Amino acid sequence: MATDALAPPAVACAHCGIPVPADALDAAAPRQFCCAGCRAVWTLLAEHGLDDYYAVRDATDAPGRPARPSGRAYAELDTESFRARGCRAITGGLLATDLVLEGVHCGACVWLVERLPALVPGVVEARLDLPRSQALITWDPRRVSLSAIARRLDGIGYTPHPCRGGAAREARRHEDRAMVIRIGVTGAVAAAVMHIALALYGGALDGIEPEAETFLRWMSLVITLPAVVWGADVFFRGAVAALRVGVLHMDLPISAGIVAGFVHGAVNTVRGKGDVYFDSVTCLIFLLLVGRHVLRRQQRAAADRTELLASLAPATARLIEDGAVREIPLDALVPGARVEVRADDTIPADGVIVAGRSALDLSLLSGESRPVEVAEGDRVHAGTVNRTSRIEVRVERTGEDTRVGQLMKLVDEHARRRAPIVALADRIAGWFVAVVFALAAGTFLFWLPAGAGRAIDHAVALLVVTCPCALGLATPLALSAAMGRAARAGILVKGADVLQTLTRPGRIWLDKTGTLTEGRLTLVRWVGDESAKPLVAALETHSAHPVARALVAALGSRSGSPATSRETRGGGITGVVDGRRVAVGSPSFVASETGPVPASLVADAERCAAEGLTPLLVAVDGSAVAVAALGDAPREDAAAAVARIARRGWEIGVLSGDHPAAVESAARKIGLDPAACRGGVTPEGKLERVTEERERRAVVMVGDGVNDAAALAAATVGIAVHGGAEAALAAADVYVVRPGLAPVADLIDGAGRAMRVVRRNLVFSLLYNVAGAALAMAGLVGPLVAAVLMPVSSLIVVASSYRARTFDREPAR
Amino acid sequence: MSVIFVVVPLAVALAVVGVIAFVWASRSGQFDDLHTPGIRILHDDPPPPSPAPRDR
Repeated sequence: MATDALAPPAVACAHCGIPVPADALDAAAPRQFCCAGCRAVWTLLAEHGLDDYYAVRDATDAPGRPARPSGRAYAELDTESFRARGCRAITGGLLATDLVLEGVHCGACVWLVERLPALVPGVVEARLDLPRSQALITWDPRRVSLSAIARRLDGIGYTPHPCRGGAAREARRHEDRAMVIRIGVTGAVAAAVMHIALALYGGALDGIEPEAETFLRWMSLVITLPAVVWGADVFFRGAVAALRVGVLHMDLPISAGIVAGFVHGAVNTVRGKGDVYFDSVTCLIFLLLVGRHVLRRQQRAAADRTELLASLAPATARLIEDGAVREIPLDALVPGARVEVRADDTIPADGVIVAGRSALDLSLLSGESRPVEVAEGDRVHAGTVNRTSRIEVRVERTGEDTRVGQLMKLVDEHARRRAPIVALADRIAGWFVAVVFALAAGTFLFWLPAGAGRAIDHAVALLVVTCPCALGLATPLALSAAMGRAARAGILVKGADVLQTLTRPGRIWLDKTGTLTEGRLTLVRWVGDESAKPLVAALETHSAHPVARALVAALGSRSGSPATSRETRGGGITGVVDGRRVAVGSPSFVASETGPVPASLVADAERCAAEGLTPLLVAVDGSAVAVAALGDAPREDAAAAVARIARRGWEIGVLSGDHPAAVESAARKIGLDPAACRGGVTPEGKLERVTEERERRAVVMVGDGVNDAAALAAATVGIAVHGGAEAALAAADVYVVRPGLAPVADLIDGAGRAMRVVRRNLVFSLLYNVAGAALAMAGLVGPLVAAVLMPVSSLIVVASSYRARTFDREPAR
Repeated sequence: MSVIFVVVPLAVALAVVGVIAFVWASRSGQFDDLHTPGIRILHDDPPPPSPAPRDR
C-alpha cells in the first residue's frame, strides 16, 4: 500500500477552517492557512477591520470554503461595449450592474459582500441576492473602475462574472412580479367576498333585511369583478388557446366553472333572487393562481441555478499583441489573432498551436478521458482544456464557426424539434370536460319539469362544485413540492414533465467519462516490484504531466527533487533518485532506455492495454521491474446505482466517445452488459442513436460534455451531471449537482414516488368531484355547501403534496 | 343594520389602500428575493464576540 496521508493532527486554516496540509504548515506563524488564497483574504479583511466576518460566520454556523482567487484582470468589464450592454446609469453619475458571484453560500457571505463599500472606496452600495448568487453593485465610475471592484471581489474569494441574458432576465422578473400582484389582488378579493358571504349565510339562517341583503350581494358582485375579469384572465386565455388548437385542457373546465358561477351570480344579483357563488368563484381563482405560481417558481429556480453555472464559463481570451498579453472579450476575438492559453485554461477558439507543448483534456468534446499530447503545428478546438503548460494558439475559427459552435447549432435544432409531453392532468381534463358538460346537461334536463330557473340553478351548482380546483392543484403542487425536495438533494429539475416521463421505464444511455468513471486518470493496477513505488513517486513529484499527477496522487508526493530528470514527449521520464536510475514511461520508451524487457512484464502490459488501460513500465537501474496501469477508474457508487436503475426496469447502455476497450472494461466492472456499451461514438453518432430510438420509447441520456449536448437535447429527458460543460447544462432537462450516478438513481426513484403522490391527489380530487356532482344532481348543493367543499378538498391536496417524502435522501450529510 | 351601508364601503376602501401598497411593494421588487433579507436583518447588530463555550 502507498503511504497513508491522513496522519498528522489537523490544524484548521484561519480562513476556511479546513485542515492545513502538512507541507503548508508554518510552525512559527501565529495563524495557519491552507493556501495562499486563504492567507490573502485573511490579511485583506484584517487590514480593513472586517475580521468580524469570522465571528458572523461562526455565529451562522456555516462551513468555510477555501478561497481560490482566479487572479484575472477583468479588463473586459471596463470596455465601452460592456458598459453599454451590462450597466445601468443611475442618478448622480453612478452606474449599477449585476454580477454573478462564485462561492457565496451563507449569511456571512452576504455580510462580507455588502461591506464592499468599506473595502473599495467608490463603491456606493452592494446588495447580494443569495439564492441567485447575484450581487447588485452600484459604484461611482469617476472614483473606481468596475474591473478594480471585480478584482477585489475575486481577491476575497468570490470570483465575479458578468450576468448573461440581461433582457430575458428582466422580462422574467417582470412576469414574476405581475403574477405576484395578480395573486395578491385576487387573494384580497377572495377574503373580502368571503367576509360578505359570511354575513349573507348568517342572514339566510337567521333572517336579514332585504335591503341589506341586496346591498351585500351587489358589493360582492362589484368586488368579484376584478378577480374574474383580470385575475382569471390566465385561465380564459389558456382555454381559448386550447379550443383554437382543438385540444381539451385543464383550463377549459376551470373557465367553465368560473364563468358559469359568476354569470349566474351576476344575473341573480340583478334579478334580486336566487343563489350567488361569488365566494366560491374567487376562492377558486385564488387557489389555482397560487398553484400555478408555485410550480413555475420551482421550475424557474432550477433554470436560474443552471444558468448561473453557465455564466461561470470564461468569456475572455488572452490576446498576444506586440509582445504584450491583454484580456479581451471572446466576442472580439477574430481569426488570425494569436492568443495565450495558460495551464488549466479553456481554449477559446479553434486554431493551431504556434508555440509551446502541452497535454489537452478533450473529454468535453470527444469524451476521451486520456489527455492528448499536443505540440506546435497541432490543431486545437475551443472548449478543450489545456492541462499542463502554457501554449500559444493562432486562431482560425471563432464563435459559431468552431466545432463546439457547430455542435451547439445541432443542440438548438433538436431542442426546438422536441415534442411537448402531455401532462397527465391534461389528459384527464379531456375526459373531465366531456363528462362534466354531459352531467350538467343531464341535470338541467332532469330538473326542467320543476321549472327552468331551478334547472339552471342545479346545473350551475354542478359546474361550480365540480370545477377542478383540487384537480388543478393536484399536479402542480405535488410536482413543485417534489422538485423543491429534489433541489435540496442536489437534483435540479427544469421541467415538471420530466418526473412523469421517468416513471415509465425505457432506455437510459450513459456517457462513460465522469458519469460511470471518475473522469480522470488514476493508478488502477501495479504489477511487479513494490519497492519501486517511492522511487517513482519521487521522480514524478515535479512533473506537471497528467500521468505524473495521477501517479503522485496514488503513491504520495515526496519532497526532495531527483538529481536529474528528463522528460521525453509521448515517451516518459527518466531521472536519478537516491542514487538510482529510474525510468517511467511507455513500454517502447522504457525498452529503448533499458534494452530487452522481461517477457512476463510485456505480457502484463499487453493485458492491461487490452483492458483499455494505459500501461507504463517502470525500470530501476537499467532493468524493468514493474508495470503501472493507468486508467479511468469506475466510481465507487456506479455499480450500486446501475443496479438500482435496472431494478426499476430501465435498460441501461453506454454511449461514449472514449476508446471501445476502455468502455468495455468499465462496463464489465460495473456489471453492465458489454453488448449494450458502445465506445468511440461521435457526437453525431450519439444524436443519431438517441433520435432513432426515441421514436419507439422514452430515451434518457445522461452526459456531461459538449459531445453529449445534442443527444441530451434530443432525448426524451436529458440529464447533465456534475462538472459538465455549459452546453450540456443548457441542453439538459435535469442538472445533477452531486457527482456520480447515484443522484440519477435517486431521481428515477424520486420521480416514481412523486408521480404516486400526483396520482393519489388526482384520485382524491376525482372522488370529490364525483361526490359533488352527485349531490348537485340531487339538487342538494347550495352556495354554502360549495363554499365549504371547495377549500376543504384543496387543503387535503395541499397537505398530501407537501407531506410526501419524495426526494429525501437517506441520512443526509 | 343600516350601519353596514357605511361600514362595508369603508372596509373595502381600506382594503383597496392595502392592495395598492402591495402592488407598489411588488413593483419595486420587494418580493423578488425572499431569502437574503431574512439574513440581512441579523447583520445590523454588532456581531457576537467569539463564540464562548456555553454552559450546559
